Amino acid sequence: MAKVKPRLRRPWFQAGFTALTNSHVSGFINGQIYTGSTKAACVPGLNCYSCPGALGSCPIGSLQAVLGSRDYSVSFYVIGFLAAVGALIGRLVCGWLCPFGFVQDLLYKIPFARKFKGLKADRVLRWLKYIVLIVFVVMLPMLIADVTGMGDPWYCKYICPSGTLMAGWPLLATNPALRGAAGFLFKWKSAILIAILFLSVPIYRPFCRWFCPLGATYGLTNKVSFYKLKLDSSSCINCGRCEQACKLGIPVLTEQNSVECIRCGDCKNACPTGALYSTMDAFAASKKAGKSCQPGA
Amino acid sequence: MKHAISNRKATALLIAGILAMMTGFYRGEVATVLEKAIVICLECVGIG
Repeated sequence: MAKVKPRLRRPWFQAGFTALTNSHVSGFINGQIYTGSTKAACVPGLNCYSCPGALGSCPIGSLQAVLGSRDYSVSFYVIGFLAAVGALIGRLVCGWLCPFGFVQDLLYKIPFARKFKGLKADRVLRWLKYIVLIVFVVMLPMLIADVTGMGDPWYCKYICPSGTLMAGWPLLATNPALRGAAGFLFKWKSAILIAILFLSVPIYRPFCRWFCPLGATYGLTNKVSFYKLKLDSSSCINCGRCEQACKLGIPVLTEQNSVECIRCGDCKNACPTGALYSTMDAFAASKKAGKSCQPGA
Repeated sequence: MKHAISNRKATALLIAGILAMMTGFYRGEVATVLEKAIVICLECVGIG
Protein backbone atom coordinates (compact mmCIF):
# COMPACT_ATOMS: atom_id res chain seq x y z
CA MET A 1 0.00 0.00 0.00
CA ALA A 2 1.33 3.46 -0.92
CA LYS A 3 2.40 5.59 2.07
CA VAL A 4 0.93 9.08 2.47
CA LYS A 5 3.64 11.75 2.33
CA PRO A 6 4.23 13.43 5.75
CA ARG A 7 3.16 16.87 4.44
CA LEU A 8 -0.14 15.46 3.15
CA ARG A 9 -0.88 13.43 6.28
CA ARG A 10 -2.06 16.41 8.31
CA PRO A 11 -4.58 17.97 5.84
CA TRP A 12 -6.18 14.57 5.30
CA PHE A 13 -6.36 13.98 9.04
CA GLN A 14 -7.86 17.45 9.59
CA ALA A 15 -10.45 16.89 6.85
CA GLY A 16 -11.33 13.46 8.23
CA PHE A 17 -11.73 14.67 11.81
CA THR A 18 -13.78 17.70 10.74
CA ALA A 19 -16.05 15.46 8.65
CA LEU A 20 -16.39 12.92 11.46
CA THR A 21 -17.38 15.45 14.14
CA ASN A 22 -19.71 17.32 11.77
CA SER A 23 -21.39 14.38 10.07
CA HIS A 24 -25.03 15.34 10.68
CA VAL A 25 -25.35 16.07 6.96
CA SER A 26 -29.14 16.52 6.89
CA GLY A 27 -28.73 19.56 9.16
CA PHE A 28 -27.01 21.43 6.34
CA ILE A 29 -29.94 20.69 4.04
CA ASN A 30 -32.88 21.51 6.31
CA GLY A 31 -31.25 24.25 8.41
CA GLN A 32 -31.56 22.45 11.73
CA ILE A 33 -28.99 21.26 14.27
CA TYR A 34 -28.38 17.80 15.74
CA THR A 35 -30.17 17.25 19.06
CA GLY A 36 -28.79 13.86 20.14
CA SER A 37 -27.15 13.07 23.46
CA THR A 38 -23.59 13.15 22.01
CA LYS A 39 -23.92 16.95 22.23
CA ALA A 40 -23.28 16.63 25.98
CA ALA A 41 -19.67 15.73 25.14
CA CYS A 42 -17.12 18.35 24.18
CA VAL A 43 -14.97 18.04 21.06
CA PRO A 44 -11.36 19.24 21.39
CA GLY A 45 -11.41 22.01 18.76
CA LEU A 46 -13.31 25.25 18.17
CA ASN A 47 -16.35 23.53 16.68
CA CYS A 48 -19.58 25.47 17.25
CA TYR A 49 -22.42 23.35 18.66
CA SER A 50 -24.83 25.27 16.50
CA CYS A 51 -23.12 24.09 13.34
CA PRO A 52 -25.85 22.08 11.55
CA GLY A 53 -23.49 19.10 11.26
CA ALA A 54 -21.97 19.16 14.76
CA LEU A 55 -22.29 16.01 16.86
CA GLY A 56 -20.46 17.44 19.89
CA SER A 57 -20.01 20.71 21.74
CA CYS A 58 -17.39 23.43 21.55
CA PRO A 59 -15.46 23.62 24.86
CA ILE A 60 -15.44 27.42 24.84
CA GLY A 61 -19.19 27.62 24.16
CA SER A 62 -19.83 25.00 26.83
CA LEU A 63 -17.65 26.84 29.36
CA GLN A 64 -19.65 30.03 28.81
CA ALA A 65 -22.95 28.14 28.96
CA VAL A 66 -22.08 26.78 32.41
CA LEU A 67 -20.50 30.01 33.72
CA GLY A 68 -23.44 32.04 32.48
CA SER A 69 -26.07 29.75 34.00
CA ARG A 70 -27.87 30.49 37.24
CA ASP A 71 -26.67 27.29 38.92
CA TYR A 72 -22.89 27.34 38.59
CA SER A 73 -20.07 29.83 39.02
CA VAL A 74 -17.36 27.43 37.81
CA SER A 75 -17.34 24.59 35.29
CA PHE A 76 -15.39 21.60 36.56
CA TYR A 77 -16.60 19.57 33.58
CA VAL A 78 -15.18 21.83 30.87
CA ILE A 79 -12.05 22.88 32.78
CA GLY A 80 -11.38 19.19 33.48
CA PHE A 81 -11.88 18.36 29.80
CA LEU A 82 -9.44 21.09 28.73
CA ALA A 83 -6.89 19.95 31.33
CA ALA A 84 -7.16 16.29 30.28
CA VAL A 85 -6.85 17.02 26.56
CA GLY A 86 -4.04 19.50 27.26
CA ALA A 87 -2.20 16.92 29.39
CA LEU A 88 -2.36 14.41 26.56
CA ILE A 89 -1.53 16.47 23.47
CA GLY A 90 -1.49 20.23 24.22
CA ARG A 91 -1.84 22.37 21.10
CA LEU A 92 -1.69 19.35 18.82
CA VAL A 93 -5.46 20.00 18.86
CA CYS A 94 -4.88 23.29 17.00
CA GLY A 95 -2.66 21.70 14.38
CA TRP A 96 -4.62 18.52 13.74
CA LEU A 97 -8.14 18.56 15.21
CA CYS A 98 -9.57 22.09 14.98
CA PRO A 99 -11.90 22.72 12.01
CA PHE A 100 -11.33 26.48 12.05
CA GLY A 101 -7.57 25.89 12.05
CA PHE A 102 -8.06 23.64 9.03
CA VAL A 103 -9.94 26.41 7.19
CA GLN A 104 -7.08 28.84 7.87
CA ASP A 105 -4.55 26.24 6.68
CA LEU A 106 -6.41 25.88 3.38
CA LEU A 107 -6.57 29.64 2.87
CA TYR A 108 -2.83 29.99 3.49
CA LYS A 109 -2.25 27.63 0.55
CA ILE A 110 -3.66 30.30 -1.82
CA PRO A 111 -0.70 31.94 -3.61
CA PHE A 112 -0.11 35.55 -2.57
CA ALA A 113 2.50 38.16 -3.51
CA ARG A 114 4.10 38.02 -0.05
CA LYS A 115 3.61 35.65 2.86
CA PHE A 116 4.35 37.25 6.23
CA LYS A 117 6.09 35.08 8.81
CA GLY A 118 8.02 37.04 11.41
CA LEU A 119 5.75 40.00 12.14
CA LYS A 120 7.03 42.65 14.53
CA ALA A 121 3.57 43.20 15.97
CA ASP A 122 3.27 39.48 16.68
CA ARG A 123 4.99 39.80 20.07
CA VAL A 124 2.28 42.16 21.29
CA LEU A 125 -0.71 40.74 19.41
CA ARG A 126 -0.20 37.20 20.74
CA TRP A 127 -1.21 38.44 24.22
CA LEU A 128 -4.67 39.35 22.90
CA LYS A 129 -5.82 35.73 23.08
CA TYR A 130 -5.29 35.69 26.85
CA ILE A 131 -7.32 38.89 27.18
CA VAL A 132 -10.09 37.32 25.06
CA LEU A 133 -10.00 34.23 27.28
CA ILE A 134 -10.05 36.03 30.61
CA VAL A 135 -12.40 38.91 29.72
CA PHE A 136 -14.83 37.56 27.10
CA VAL A 137 -14.95 33.84 27.94
CA VAL A 138 -14.68 33.88 31.73
CA MET A 139 -15.32 37.26 33.37
CA LEU A 140 -18.12 38.85 31.36
CA PRO A 141 -20.41 35.77 31.25
CA MET A 142 -19.83 35.26 34.99
CA LEU A 143 -20.22 38.85 36.15
CA ILE A 144 -22.89 40.37 33.91
CA ALA A 145 -26.25 38.66 34.27
CA ASP A 146 -29.75 39.59 33.12
CA VAL A 147 -32.82 39.77 35.38
CA THR A 148 -33.18 35.99 35.29
CA GLY A 149 -29.60 35.54 36.50
CA MET A 150 -28.30 34.29 33.15
CA GLY A 151 -25.12 35.66 31.57
CA ASP A 152 -24.51 36.10 27.82
CA PRO A 153 -21.86 34.01 26.04
CA TRP A 154 -19.89 37.17 25.23
CA TYR A 155 -17.17 35.52 23.19
CA CYS A 156 -19.63 33.53 21.04
CA LYS A 157 -21.93 36.51 20.67
CA TYR A 158 -19.48 39.25 19.76
CA ILE A 159 -16.28 37.60 18.50
CA CYS A 160 -16.25 33.93 17.48
CA PRO A 161 -15.62 33.76 13.70
CA SER A 162 -15.74 29.95 13.81
CA GLY A 163 -19.36 30.13 15.00
CA THR A 164 -20.22 32.54 12.19
CA LEU A 165 -18.62 30.30 9.57
CA MET A 166 -19.82 26.94 10.84
CA ALA A 167 -23.21 27.93 12.29
CA GLY A 168 -24.23 31.45 11.26
CA TRP A 169 -23.69 31.33 7.52
CA PRO A 170 -24.99 27.77 6.88
CA LEU A 171 -28.04 28.22 9.12
CA LEU A 172 -29.01 31.56 7.65
CA ALA A 173 -28.53 30.18 4.14
CA THR A 174 -30.97 27.34 4.76
CA ASN A 175 -33.35 28.70 7.41
CA PRO A 176 -35.55 31.60 6.21
CA ALA A 177 -36.88 32.37 9.74
CA LEU A 178 -33.35 32.96 11.03
CA ARG A 179 -32.45 34.96 7.93
CA GLY A 180 -35.31 37.33 8.66
CA ALA A 181 -34.08 37.89 12.23
CA ALA A 182 -30.47 38.74 11.33
CA GLY A 183 -29.42 42.31 11.99
CA PHE A 184 -26.41 44.38 13.02
CA LEU A 185 -24.86 41.67 15.19
CA PHE A 186 -24.76 39.25 12.27
CA LYS A 187 -23.12 41.89 10.08
CA TRP A 188 -20.56 42.64 12.83
CA LYS A 189 -19.67 38.96 13.26
CA SER A 190 -19.55 38.42 9.50
CA ALA A 191 -17.15 41.38 9.19
CA ILE A 192 -14.84 39.78 11.80
CA LEU A 193 -14.98 36.46 9.97
CA ILE A 194 -14.28 38.02 6.56
CA ALA A 195 -11.31 39.95 8.02
CA ILE A 196 -9.87 36.73 9.49
CA LEU A 197 -10.42 34.83 6.24
CA PHE A 198 -8.64 37.52 4.20
CA LEU A 199 -5.78 37.76 6.71
CA SER A 200 -5.32 33.99 6.54
CA VAL A 201 -4.07 34.20 2.95
CA PRO A 202 -0.84 36.18 3.62
CA ILE A 203 -0.47 35.31 7.34
CA TYR A 204 -0.43 31.76 8.69
CA ARG A 205 -3.24 31.18 11.22
CA PRO A 206 -3.91 34.79 12.33
CA PHE A 207 -6.86 33.78 14.51
CA CYS A 208 -4.94 31.01 16.29
CA ARG A 209 -1.94 33.30 16.85
CA TRP A 210 -3.74 36.30 18.22
CA PHE A 211 -7.34 35.70 19.22
CA CYS A 212 -8.18 32.07 19.98
CA PRO A 213 -9.03 31.50 23.66
CA LEU A 214 -8.95 27.73 23.16
CA GLY A 215 -5.43 27.87 21.72
CA ALA A 216 -4.42 30.10 24.65
CA THR A 217 -5.65 27.43 27.07
CA TYR A 218 -4.03 24.46 25.34
CA GLY A 219 -0.82 26.46 24.83
CA LEU A 220 -0.34 26.62 28.59
CA THR A 221 -0.10 22.82 28.64
CA ASN A 222 2.41 22.50 25.76
CA LYS A 223 5.40 22.30 28.09
CA VAL A 224 3.94 19.56 30.30
CA SER A 225 1.85 17.40 27.96
CA PHE A 226 2.66 13.76 27.15
CA TYR A 227 3.05 14.73 23.48
CA LYS A 228 6.14 16.92 23.20
CA LEU A 229 8.73 17.75 20.62
CA LYS A 230 12.30 16.90 21.54
CA LEU A 231 15.66 17.80 20.06
CA ASP A 232 18.50 15.29 20.05
CA SER A 233 21.37 17.77 20.19
CA SER A 234 23.93 15.11 19.30
CA SER A 235 22.28 14.59 15.88
CA CYS A 236 21.41 18.27 15.25
CA ILE A 237 23.66 19.92 12.66
CA ASN A 238 22.26 23.43 13.28
CA CYS A 239 21.21 23.82 9.65
CA GLY A 240 18.19 25.93 10.68
CA ARG A 241 15.77 24.17 8.31
CA CYS A 242 13.34 23.57 11.16
CA GLU A 243 13.10 27.30 11.90
CA GLN A 244 12.73 28.10 8.21
CA ALA A 245 9.91 25.56 7.94
CA CYS A 246 7.98 26.93 10.93
CA LYS A 247 5.24 29.22 9.57
CA LEU A 248 4.64 30.66 13.04
CA GLY A 249 8.23 31.92 13.35
CA ILE A 250 9.02 29.87 16.47
CA PRO A 251 12.73 29.51 17.37
CA VAL A 252 12.51 25.72 17.22
CA LEU A 253 16.15 25.08 18.13
CA THR A 254 15.72 26.71 21.53
CA GLU A 255 11.97 26.35 22.18
CA GLN A 256 10.52 23.09 20.88
CA ASN A 257 7.43 23.31 23.09
CA SER A 258 6.59 27.00 22.86
CA VAL A 259 3.08 28.03 23.96
CA GLU A 260 2.64 29.32 20.40
CA CYS A 261 3.46 25.98 18.73
CA ILE A 262 0.44 24.28 17.15
CA ARG A 263 2.44 21.06 16.62
CA CYS A 264 1.85 20.90 12.89
CA GLY A 265 5.09 18.92 12.58
CA ASP A 266 6.57 20.97 9.70
CA CYS A 267 9.82 21.45 11.65
CA LYS A 268 10.07 17.72 12.30
CA ASN A 269 9.45 16.90 8.64
CA ALA A 270 12.08 19.43 7.54
CA CYS A 271 14.83 18.05 9.79
CA PRO A 272 17.38 16.26 7.55
CA THR A 273 18.96 14.22 10.37
CA GLY A 274 15.90 13.25 12.40
CA ALA A 275 17.21 15.21 15.39
CA LEU A 276 13.71 16.62 16.01
CA TYR A 277 11.24 14.01 17.11
CA SER A 278 8.06 13.78 19.13
CA THR A 279 7.48 11.69 22.24
CA MET A 280 4.97 9.75 20.10
CA ASP A 281 7.74 8.92 17.59
CA ALA A 282 9.97 7.84 20.49
CA PHE A 283 7.19 5.67 21.90
CA ALA A 284 6.53 4.05 18.49
CA ALA A 285 10.27 3.47 17.96
CA SER A 286 10.67 1.85 21.38
CA LYS A 287 7.68 -0.42 20.69
CA LYS A 288 9.13 -1.39 17.32
CA ALA A 289 12.56 -2.06 18.85
CA GLY A 290 10.91 -4.15 21.59
CA LYS A 291 9.04 -6.20 18.98
CA SER A 292 12.14 -6.85 16.88
CA CYS A 293 13.99 -8.04 20.00
CA GLN A 294 11.35 -10.66 20.75
CA PRO A 295 12.34 -14.20 19.92
CA GLY A 296 11.05 -15.28 16.53
CA ALA A 297 10.49 -11.67 15.34
CA MET B 1 15.07 8.76 24.26
CA LYS B 2 12.78 9.24 27.20
CA HIS B 3 9.69 7.10 27.25
CA ALA B 4 6.52 9.11 26.54
CA ILE B 5 4.80 7.87 29.67
CA SER B 6 7.49 9.01 32.09
CA ASN B 7 5.99 12.43 32.55
CA ARG B 8 4.82 13.16 36.08
CA LYS B 9 3.44 16.64 35.41
CA ALA B 10 1.32 15.40 32.51
CA THR B 11 0.09 12.47 34.58
CA ALA B 12 -0.87 14.79 37.44
CA LEU B 13 -2.66 17.16 35.06
CA LEU B 14 -4.47 14.28 33.36
CA ILE B 15 -5.65 12.84 36.69
CA ALA B 16 -6.73 16.30 37.90
CA GLY B 17 -8.61 16.82 34.64
CA ILE B 18 -10.42 13.50 34.87
CA LEU B 19 -11.34 14.13 38.52
CA ALA B 20 -12.62 17.61 37.63
CA MET B 21 -14.70 16.18 34.78
CA MET B 22 -16.19 13.62 37.14
CA THR B 23 -16.99 16.37 39.66
CA GLY B 24 -18.69 18.38 36.93
CA PHE B 25 -20.63 15.31 35.84
CA TYR B 26 -21.73 14.68 39.43
CA ARG B 27 -22.83 18.33 39.83
CA GLY B 28 -25.02 18.10 36.73
CA GLU B 29 -23.02 20.48 34.53
CA VAL B 30 -23.31 18.07 31.62
CA ALA B 31 -27.07 18.63 31.51
CA THR B 32 -26.47 22.40 31.26
CA VAL B 33 -24.09 21.85 28.34
CA LEU B 34 -26.54 19.53 26.57
CA GLU B 35 -29.45 21.91 27.17
CA LYS B 36 -27.52 24.74 25.52
CA ALA B 37 -26.10 22.60 22.69
CA ILE B 38 -29.34 21.10 21.38
CA VAL B 39 -31.08 24.38 20.61
CA ILE B 40 -29.79 26.82 18.02
CA CYS B 41 -27.56 29.28 19.88
CA LEU B 42 -28.77 32.62 18.55
CA GLU B 43 -25.75 34.42 19.99
CA CYS B 44 -23.34 32.06 18.17
CA VAL B 45 -25.24 32.49 14.92
CA GLY B 46 -25.14 36.28 15.26
CA ILE B 47 -28.77 37.05 15.95
CA GLY B 48 -28.42 37.80 19.64
